[in-house]
Amino acid sequence: MTDTVKLKINQQEIECDKDLTILQAAKSVGVTIPTICYHDHCTSNALCRICVVEVKGARTLVASCVAKVSEGMEVETYNERVNRSRKTILEMMLSTSDLSQSPELLEMASEYGANNDRFGDAERRSPSLIDDNSMFVRDYEKCILCWRCVQVCAEDAQYAFAINFKGRGYHTQISTFYEKPLPESSCVFCGQCIGVCPTEALKPKRQWLLELGYESDQIMQMTRNERNKKTKKPQTSSVVK
Amino acid sequence: MNMIKYKPVTTICPFCGVGCNLELHIKDNFIYKVTAPFDSVVNKGNLCVKGRFGYDFIYNKRRILNPLIRKTPQKSGARSQAFNLEEWQEVSWDEALDYTAKRLVEIYQRDGSNAMAVYCCAKATNEDNYLLQKLFRALFRSNNVDHCTRLCHAGSVVALQKAIGSSAMSNTAAEIMETDVFIITGSNTTETHPIISIQMKAAIEKNGAKLIVVDPRRIEMVNYATLWLAEKPGSDVAVFSGMAHVIIKENLYNKEFIDTRTENFQNFSKAMEKFTPEYVESITGVEKDKIIQAARLYANAKRGAIYWALGISQSTHGTDNAHSLINLALLTGHVGRYGTGLNPLRGQNNVQGASDAGAMPWHYPGYQEVDDEQSASIFEEAWNIEPGGLNREKGLTTTEILSNAHPGGVRSLYIMGENPMMTEPNLNAAHKHMQELEFVVCQDLFINESGAYADVFLPATTFAEKDGTFTNTDRRVQRVRKAIEPLGNSRPDWEIICDLARRIEKLLGRPNSAYWDYSHPEEIMDEFGKVVPSYQGIKYSRIEKTGLQTPVLDENHPGTPFLYAESFPIGKAKFFPLDFKTIDEEADTDFPLILNTGRVLEHWHGGTLTRNSWLDDLYSQAVVEINPVDAETYNIKNLDVVKVQSRRGEVVLRANVNQKTIPGVVFMPFHFAEAAANFLTNDALDPEALIPEFKACAVKIEKVTEDQLPTKQPYQPRGRY
Repeated sequence: MTDTVKLKINQQEIECDKDLTILQAAKSVGVTIPTICYHDHCTSNALCRICVVEVKGARTLVASCVAKVSEGMEVETYNERVNRSRKTILEMMLSTSDLSQSPELLEMASEYGANNDRFGDAERRSPSLIDDNSMFVRDYEKCILCWRCVQVCAEDAQYAFAINFKGRGYHTQISTFYEKPLPESSCVFCGQCIGVCPTEALKPKRQWLLELGYESDQIMQMTRNERNKKTKKPQTSSVVK
Repeated sequence: MNMIKYKPVTTICPFCGVGCNLELHIKDNFIYKVTAPFDSVVNKGNLCVKGRFGYDFIYNKRRILNPLIRKTPQKSGARSQAFNLEEWQEVSWDEALDYTAKRLVEIYQRDGSNAMAVYCCAKATNEDNYLLQKLFRALFRSNNVDHCTRLCHAGSVVALQKAIGSSAMSNTAAEIMETDVFIITGSNTTETHPIISIQMKAAIEKNGAKLIVVDPRRIEMVNYATLWLAEKPGSDVAVFSGMAHVIIKENLYNKEFIDTRTENFQNFSKAMEKFTPEYVESITGVEKDKIIQAARLYANAKRGAIYWALGISQSTHGTDNAHSLINLALLTGHVGRYGTGLNPLRGQNNVQGASDAGAMPWHYPGYQEVDDEQSASIFEEAWNIEPGGLNREKGLTTTEILSNAHPGGVRSLYIMGENPMMTEPNLNAAHKHMQELEFVVCQDLFINESGAYADVFLPATTFAEKDGTFTNTDRRVQRVRKAIEPLGNSRPDWEIICDLARRIEKLLGRPNSAYWDYSHPEEIMDEFGKVVPSYQGIKYSRIEKTGLQTPVLDENHPGTPFLYAESFPIGKAKFFPLDFKTIDEEADTDFPLILNTGRVLEHWHGGTLTRNSWLDDLYSQAVVEINPVDAETYNIKNLDVVKVQSRRGEVVLRANVNQKTIPGVVFMPFHFAEAAANFLTNDALDPEALIPEFKACAVKIEKVTEDQLPTKQPYQPRGRY
């Protein structure tokens, strides 16, 4: 049994290891497929679907971050159907989340011609910023639910299992169990989640304070109470508990 | 506001021995964020709370940024602590260094080299440590040079040196991913080496490795363990000898390895005869079946490894404890191969490097003995010293330096970045010794409990304001980079030392200079490499991106991920027959509990850095952990305020009733000055390594009223294990 397979990516014949994903195989021959939720150091879960490609014979578009290559496969990493799909995904993200601090995503949106107003009357996700400790803040208005933070908190790195999804469907949000403040959760404040967050939804406290306009001296003069100030969570009645 | 994105500066974490690679994100000289490179071989993008958030001590308003001299001259026997800046005079660097040089030289010329002593620093760079020991050896001809390794892994170092001839961690931490059975003993790895612990968890969860925890505490890693051997404190030799007994009796040992690579097996085997599982159970409290299972599991592993920390070494028989582990590895041949090994997890970011750099009383850099004529002559030549000029007598250790602080003994103490008034055992006695000194210099960031005793305070820079190298626990020499300009008038340690050394040399009127005119730490490393063969191939240009693991024998040598593949440094490794010894101070009717001490994730040792960081918000006060069984006996409820007393001192703090400690044992972290565990600890020493028994002393506990609590901080509940 051979360990390699032959396939075509954008008409180019390639031979590669049979265990590669389409994304990895494409990368190995210099073909870039856009990704958002994918991270080299996290388990791929095909959540955001931006990396979809068309595989000849497949009914739907295929998420290249998880789909493995196979013998004789014919892949198109861009074509009208693929591009339209990516554009729609980006338009939905733009309509629900604050991407103002995600320059890579905004660039991708303009590259695919995503229209900011495509879903103009859609309900934006706008949960209040959670400021419950002096290490980092969580601003889930910016969250696109890529799931990387949950993964690194679990088996991809820390084994702390402090956060996961809460709610269903549109109301899904990353949260601690029972929405406990982070210090009372199993969080160890390793901040691996900040390291993989693609949208600055998770931000070190001192960076956040700096961005709010505080001078570094003012930040360092804050008392324990000031820096620990709890921000009350607003009651969002629409959240499915 | 959008942040302007500057290229972050890569450097090395200043906290634990893992040596995580950091990227410092800076705006206007202010570090606002830390990330980790995902391609780092050490931490692969991961950090712990200290590395990720704990760097703000750099900007703490309490940090000292100008040289200080005490307004009231301090006298031997009447030295006091000055935490208040009112008691200090801000002076220029020239004035501070002239004064320091003059006082040190006066004492040296009057009382000779035995009156001089220095604590080097396992947090400072290799270059800083090399220079400071060079200053005391070359100028004051004193070997009274030590650092906190004495309080840390001295037992492991002595045992490893005697048994195999090298004391570093034998393998690379990341090899754990391909280990199939490993033992953790005396290490609360998740709190003290967080990044190594997540690799261990991954090895267990992803690759099916089996873990044996041998520890009196139910540490977090027990959640991942196949076996937990909950031994009584101090009974390590018995547990591991019991395992050796089973391995020998069941013929599970590696005969070929023993025949070709070791000696003294027969004597050892005979000494192990008495350690039957029944006997071991009777003295350790560990069920005999668990000892048998652990022995079989470890012996039958393809790749077995042992990881240990201070629970082994901080004991009056710390050297024996370490020997009992080494014996096990030699018996099974689980050393000298990938994924195996004898792995003492080093605590400080640069304790390996400071030891390599000769910050120890018995050794020059590179573990070359001070009483060896040949080594002495190497350093006499390197430092332009007349033949026979260097002191051939072994110096005093950390604890001995303080206990010899009296007229006719040590008169002056130079402390770089250490805090002995928190980290020495039996602090009440240590304070008295400190007060006996005639002259004390502190070179640090903050006026800590030790610096408060000083006559002169020299403000040094932090890791982020200087260049140099740290050597991590798996012997990787990594590059520390200057990322921001020094705050105020603080200066890098190496510059302070060189400036002071030139002044001392001039006052002494030495004909030749030992050489202090370096323009960059790189030149210090080049000199270091010339006198220490294992660092010969370390050049800054080679470690720009990834550090090299010593020994690096020449400029083309690739470094050494694991040691002893072919042979041991002393040739054949030695088995050491052992006998069981009890702890120095056992529980009795007056003091019925055993106190165990250690660290917590959020804090660092004496607290100089982390108590001056926002990290303190997460864990702001000391607690004593007590088992529910004992809590009931003494009528203590969770979070009650209690007084813990030993024969040497007492502290008041909150109790945390939980099952992390076994009945009969209580646990306290030692970071908190207001309830310093070391007021209670026993200063009895291991006879060979001279390491104190921090991990076990007898105490009693009683409930007291809330108003006796020394801290007014509200209790911060933590949900983590």
